[in-house]
Amino acid sequence: MANEKFDAIVVGAGPSGNAAAYTLAKAGLQVLQIERGEYPGSKNVQGAILYSDALEKIIPDFRDDAPLERHIIEQRMWMLDEHSFVGTHYRSDDYNKPPYNRYTIIRAQFDKWFSSKVREAGALLICETTVEHLLMDGERVMGVHCDRLGGDVFADVVILADGVNSTLARKAGFHGELSAKNVALAVKEILFMPEETIQARFNINEEEGVVIEMMGSVTEGMVGTGFLYTNKDSLTIGVGCMLADFKSNPNRTAPYALLEKLKQHPSIAPLIEGGEMKEYCAHLIPEGGFNAVPKVYGEGWMIVGDSGGFVNAAHREGSNLAMTSGRLAAETVIQAKAAGKPMSARTLKAYKDALDQSFVMKDLKKYRRLPEVLEKSPQFFTAYPGLVNNAAKTLFTVDGVDKMTKQREVMGSFTAARSLRGLLGDAFRLWRATR
Amino acid sequence: MTVNVEDKLFQNRYKVDPGRPHIQIKDAAVCANECEAQQCTFVCPAACYKAEGNGAVTLITDGCLECGSCRVICTEHANVAWEYPRGGHGVLFKFG
Repeated sequence: MANEKFDAIVVGAGPSGNAAAYTLAKAGLQVLQIERGEYPGSKNVQGAILYSDALEKIIPDFRDDAPLERHIIEQRMWMLDEHSFVGTHYRSDDYNKPPYNRYTIIRAQFDKWFSSKVREAGALLICETTVEHLLMDGERVMGVHCDRLGGDVFADVVILADGVNSTLARKAGFHGELSAKNVALAVKEILFMPEETIQARFNINEEEGVVIEMMGSVTEGMVGTGFLYTNKDSLTIGVGCMLADFKSNPNRTAPYALLEKLKQHPSIAPLIEGGEMKEYCAHLIPEGGFNAVPKVYGEGWMIVGDSGGFVNAAHREGSNLAMTSGRLAAETVIQAKAAGKPMSARTLKAYKDALDQSFVMKDLKKYRRLPEVLEKSPQFFTAYPGLVNNAAKTLFTVDGVDKMTKQREVMGSFTAARSLRGLLGDAFRLWRATR
Repeated sequence: MTVNVEDKLFQNRYKVDPGRPHIQIKDAAVCANECEAQQCTFVCPAACYKAEGNGAVTLITDGCLECGSCRVICTEHANVAWEYPRGGHGVLFKFG
C-alpha cells in the first residue's frame, strides 16, 4: 500500500465523502477512501432527513434499494411555551406522488448502503483507520498519515470529508479552530414503537411521514430548535442550540436535560409515550453560514461537507449540501485529470467556482446575515413564542370578556414586551436577514 | 430536574481503547485555578467532565460521543487536547 499512489484519497465516508468517492470511481479514477468507523455510518449522526434531489444527481435510481424510512407528506412548525404550542402544519397529497421529494433515514443504515455503491463503483474503502494528519511538502498536500496501513499513503489530491470538527485542515493550518457561536450542539434519541402506533398518532398511512420543528421555551432562551421525525418503526427526537449559548446559559443546563424537558412537554409526551430508547447521540452542526465557510481548496486538497461548513441552518439542510459539494469536488478532479492539469490551487479553484454557481453558496449567501441577527435577537426564541401562545390563549378562552378588550390586551402584551419600535425593528431585521 | 445520562449512554455501543484516552486535559492546574465557570462539566453531552469538590475537573472519555464541544468551548484556556480515537475505537452508532 505504502508504495501505491492513488489519483485521489477521500477522508471520511459520510454523505460528502461518499458522493466524492462515488463520482471519482465511476469516472474510472483510482480512489482510496479512509473511514475511522468500524463501518461507514458508525461515526455519523444526523436528524435525519434525506433530500432526494442532491442524491438523484449522483445515483438517479437510488430509490430502488436505498434504506429509506418514510417520505415526508407533512411539515409542522411549532412555537412552544411551557404548557402549549401554536403551530402551522403544511400537508399535501402532492407529496404522496412519486418521485418523493424527501425522506426520513437512519444514517448508520443509509451510509452503509451509500458506501456499498461507492465500492461497486470501484473505490477502495479502508475502515477502522483514523487519518492522523496530512503529508505536506511545503504548501502542497502529498497524501495522508494513518494510524494503520503502515502509515503513509500518497495521492494527487486529497479530499477532506472528515466532518464538522475538520481536524485535518485545522492541523494543517488551512483554517483555525471552530467558534462556539458558529456551531450548534444537537442531542437526540431514537425511540422504537410499532409502525401502527406511529401512523395512528401522526395521522399518516404506511410509508408516509411527518416532521415537527419546534422553537420556544424548550431551548431556555438559547438560539436553537427541537425536532421530532417519524421513521418506519421509530421516532427521532432531539434538540440543538448554539454551542456559545449552551456555554453561557446561566442555568448551566446540560444538553440531555434539555432533551428530557422536551420529551416531557405536554404536547410532545403523548406522541412519544412508550417508545423504547435504543440510542443517544450528540453532534456539532456548522451553522455559521456564508461568513464561516473557510478556504475550501489549495495545493492538492479540497474540503467538502460539514468540514467546509456547508449547512443551511435556516432551512435545516446539510446532507444535500454535503453531497453536492462532494460531487462538485470530484467533477473538478475528473475534469482536471482529463485536461492533464496538475492538482494545484489554480486548477482546484474551479471547485469553489462551481460551488458559487450552485445552490450551496447561493443559499448560504442569501442567509449570510441570519446567524448574527439571531445571535443578537434572542427574543425570536423567547419573547415571541411566549407572546404568541398567550395571545392564542386570550383569544380562544371564552370567559365573558369582550373581544375588543381581548384584542387590546394581546396588542398591549406585544408592545409591552418589545415596544412598537422593537416590533418593527425585529420584523425588519428578520426580513433583511432572509430576503 | 435531574437526568441520569448514564442510563442514556448505557444504550450505546462503544469499543473502548483501554489506557488510551483520545481526549486529555492538558494541565489540570489550569482547570482548578484559572477556570471558574468550568462549563465543560455541564455542556459535555456525555457528562465526561466532572467537577470535583476540591475544584479539580476530571475527565473520563469512555462515554464520549465524539462531538468536539469540549474543545471548542475551551476558548479562554485551550486546555483540551482532542483527537479522534484510534481507528475502530470509540462510540459505534447503531442508528446515528
